[in-house]
Amino acid sequence: MNLLKDDLRSIYVDLLIEAAKKYDDLVIVEADLMKALSTNRFQDLYPEKTINVGVAEANMIGVAAGLANMGKIPFTHTFTPFATRRVFDQVMLSVAYSKLSVKMVGSDPGILATLNGGTHMSFEDMGIMRNIPTMTIIEPIDGVQLHNMFPQIIEHKGPLFIRLARKDFAPIYDLDQEFTIGKATQIIEGTDVSIFATGIMVHEALKAQKSLLEKGISASVINIHTLKPIDVEAIINDVKKTNAVVTAENHNIINGLGSAVAEVLAENYPVPMERIGVKDTFGEVGQVDYLIERYELTSRHIEEAVLRVIARKK
Amino acid sequence: MNSRAYLEEKAKEIRKSTIECIGALGVGHVGGSMSICDVLAVLYFDQMNVDPSNPKMPNRDRFVLSKGHGGPAVYSVLALKGYFPKELLLTLNQPNTNLPSHTDMNKTVGIDMTTGSLGQGFSASVGMATAIQLDKGDNYVYSIIGDGESQEGQIWEAAMFAGSQKLDHLISFTDSNKMQIDGTVGEVNGIYPLDEKWKAFNWHVQVIDGHDVIAIQNAILEAKKTTGKPSMIILNTIKGKGAYFAEGLVGSHNMPVSKEQCKEAIERLS
Repeated sequence: MNLLKDDLRSIYVDLLIEAAKKYDDLVIVEADLMKALSTNRFQDLYPEKTINVGVAEANMIGVAAGLANMGKIPFTHTFTPFATRRVFDQVMLSVAYSKLSVKMVGSDPGILATLNGGTHMSFEDMGIMRNIPTMTIIEPIDGVQLHNMFPQIIEHKGPLFIRLARKDFAPIYDLDQEFTIGKATQIIEGTDVSIFATGIMVHEALKAQKSLLEKGISASVINIHTLKPIDVEAIINDVKKTNAVVTAENHNIINGLGSAVAEVLAENYPVPMERIGVKDTFGEVGQVDYLIERYELTSRHIEEAVLRVIARKK
Repeated sequence: MNSRAYLEEKAKEIRKSTIECIGALGVGHVGGSMSICDVLAVLYFDQMNVDPSNPKMPNRDRFVLSKGHGGPAVYSVLALKGYFPKELLLTLNQPNTNLPSHTDMNKTVGIDMTTGSLGQGFSASVGMATAIQLDKGDNYVYSIIGDGESQEGQIWEAAMFAGSQKLDHLISFTDSNKMQIDGTVGEVNGIYPLDEKWKAFNWHVQVIDGHDVIAIQNAILEAKKTTGKPSMIILNTIKGKGAYFAEGLVGSHNMPVSKEQCKEAIERLS
């Protein structure tokens, strides 16, 4: 496992395989998408710990709840829309309301659904999951983060939704970076504006930060890798220094990161704010380079929003 | 193995208790609670390996009432079995109660799975039986679904998987009382032939009189002897059985119960 080179799905499956050696109760529960996340590599080593219910996501969540109820540690895998909107009531009642510990992985969130197109493109999944009491929502963005958070993921009590990109993105963190579920990580400190980003948008935020610095604007970049419970303290502390906020997410600006940060600020420390994200519309087919422009999610869009919120400070 | 007289007496006690606790509130799911009292008597007083003094015993048999609205009948059997004092039954659906309409594993001692949204409890019982199969355990998972509930797609997702996985430590029952909220099951969305459907999903199927305790006892014994297949025991029942004011009525799903009806029903059962 090369945390700086391998793609996220490869690291993820390696971590599952390693964890299964230590945790005898770990099982994976699948709905006929093992080849998408390559969990079939886990199945090759642990066929008896691999439960594939076929194309039946509601039953996947129900079976996972039953397994958790008997002391197993189930991880469910499917594309993000099927991990959330398709099984909302099952996640709500069989898992969360029943206080069972199921780890639910949604892969290819937002525009990462690319050629699967609008039907598979979830811009609402974080909003759906954020509505569920006790739900924890995380989105690791590189191999180091996924690896260093994995022990907490396994030990987590209660429902956990993991939003996971499959493909490789440039590594962001050093190997020894520490992470805590629920605690945001500050990547860059700044004084003029706070950029709160999640998922692939952390990369865009960092690009925007470098470009802004050349224009004499000091932006802080904070990775809100845990959308729920959101790190209220980290948000307020940084905004007290900058007094301006831009959020950036690969998700609808309604009910995701932008909404969550706005809730924190409105109640604690209101400042000028803009949200970069999908503007309440549906997905469509395309590659990432097309979709990121189509939905105005690039570093350029973040920069423009930064200039607007800084102007509003005056 | 207990006698017919003993089990019929237990079923009668469950029925009286069920009417009493719904009657204390004045409204509740009479029909679907009363129709499952006989199978509950056989499960808890004859067949299931459970210990009320050690309700979380790891290798115990599990019970999932997927038609969660039958909660009052399950609370009654749990109280009679000694999981909690009988007086608690009168708190059904009162503020801060541990006995909500639909069964909740985090509120009530002895409840093994939270249910209420139809189809989901059955799916969980399939997951629980999968865990037993993985661990090569010798315990069983019992679950009850409704015939109306059998219209849920998730029932058939779970049925297909359980059959394909040969989950022979799953013994399920369909409370076939032929009625649902909006009419008879046949009128609303016919599910028949039900036995053929379960057979086609690779289940071992028995169809019996759901109010005959010895028929239920024998069917469970046969299900335990069956290997390589999960078991479905279709219980032909009467909705509201034993509550004279509700018996056989479509409207008995959730209905008001007066003090007089409650008193008279208990007298008639005694």
